[in-house]
Amino acid sequence: MSGKTQVRLIDENGLRHDGRRFDELRPIRMQVGVLANATGSALVEYGKTKVLAAVYGPREPFQKYMVLPDRAILRVRYHMAPFSTTERKNPAPSRREIELSKVIREALEDIVLLAEYPRTVIDIFIEVLQADGGTRVAGVTAASLALADAGIPMKGLVAGVAVGKINGVLVLDLDEVEDSMGEADMPIAGAPDLGLITLFQLNGVLTEEEVEKGLSMAWSAIEKIVSMEKEVLRSKFEAVGEEA
Amino acid sequence: MARELHGSIVVPGERLGSKVEGKHPYTLDMGGVKVATVIGLLSRRDDKNVFINLKGVYMPEVGHIVIGLVESIAITSWQVDINSPYQAVLPAHDFLGRPFNPATDDLSRYLKPGDYIKAKIVLFDKTRNPVLSVQGDGLGRIVSGFIVDVSPSKIPRVIGRKRSMVNMIEEKTGCTLFPAVNGRVHIECPNRELEMIVIMALKLIEAEAHTVGLTERVAKFIEEERARRGV
Repeated sequence: MSGKTQVRLIDENGLRHDGRRFDELRPIRMQVGVLANATGSALVEYGKTKVLAAVYGPREPFQKYMVLPDRAILRVRYHMAPFSTTERKNPAPSRREIELSKVIREALEDIVLLAEYPRTVIDIFIEVLQADGGTRVAGVTAASLALADAGIPMKGLVAGVAVGKINGVLVLDLDEVEDSMGEADMPIAGAPDLGLITLFQLNGVLTEEEVEKGLSMAWSAIEKIVSMEKEVLRSKFEAVGEEA
Repeated sequence: MARELHGSIVVPGERLGSKVEGKHPYTLDMGGVKVATVIGLLSRRDDKNVFINLKGVYMPEVGHIVIGLVESIAITSWQVDINSPYQAVLPAHDFLGRPFNPATDDLSRYLKPGDYIKAKIVLFDKTRNPVLSVQGDGLGRIVSGFIVDVSPSKIPRVIGRKRSMVNMIEEKTGCTLFPAVNGRVHIECPNRELEMIVIMALKLIEAEAHTVGLTERVAKFIEEERARRGV
């Protein structure tokens, strides 16, 4: 038995199974500076998806042979906690996790000013605490916030969101049910301040028009998420003395 | 109520305008417009728009006096953590002030892991690790007092304009403070209670570095703490 029940993904009113419109994000929550031992950290929630990111460095790596003479190395580890899914997830890094670590690294590499810290390494640990779809894009958002919290110079903030297709309709920010039962999933990340798309993947089949429309939906959502990131970072400093 | 700020908080990627003064790499010139690369404060000082970074990593510079933590002993030098991405090296001949023979001299007799030193950076570029020297006034092993870690970007606020903050804390507590650019402050106090008050004052400065009226608030805090503790 798969454990999954048949869910109506879109009802007669055009609402999704959780009551959202097709272009509506899940409730997003962000927090920075959640880990005292990390140089920078962030906790990001996209609905029930919860992702923690911790940044360490720039620092000299233990394996000195791996350093680059002209820039820092960005190391990203995306990992799903064994308790993040309904059935226990094997804690060993899977093929999927290794691939996602690579694409998240590539989504951030062009944004961080790595040339300022040659011969060093910047480590980003992304731990998925609870998975309900969109973990890689929530991971990119969390990593971007954690980098800003760590004070590592970057050209702009990055955020990610997924667009998918269910019952022939393009929808924003898929959750686990929509992701597993839908027809396509297109995770996108970008830096609106720079006009850069830094991650673009597609699982499934979409027409050229659907890709264009999906990209436009994702971009508006990314702009919204980046403004939330800015607000969270700002409020940490603006709120000083509020408790007094 | 939230404190009044010295300017507006800016986050990475935000445009600062074309005529803004700011340190590299915390501002970036993108097509003639300066952009913030870290969280900072955009404020107006002496008729100029200035960007002050509130976050950042300490980068060594030749001539800086730093407080280092001895991490390990090599054959002819000590490896020293100076709170930067690069580990510093203190050559044994520099510390001893004489020629050094690793076959006869035991370096652990002079400096052990865990010891703090005050040293000057005499050599550094990004291709090689910083080299330290303790030849100079007030440099060498720190034998008494306490070291407090503060974010390196907040050290200018710990010092204050024309040392106003340091002077005020020293006057009000009778302690001596040495804030090093790498984010470590060496404090020496007449007693443990005063030491605790100075540590708390430094943490207050670190948390509220970007707010208006900080010197007065820290002075009031020290007075209240002294009265409360009866010292």
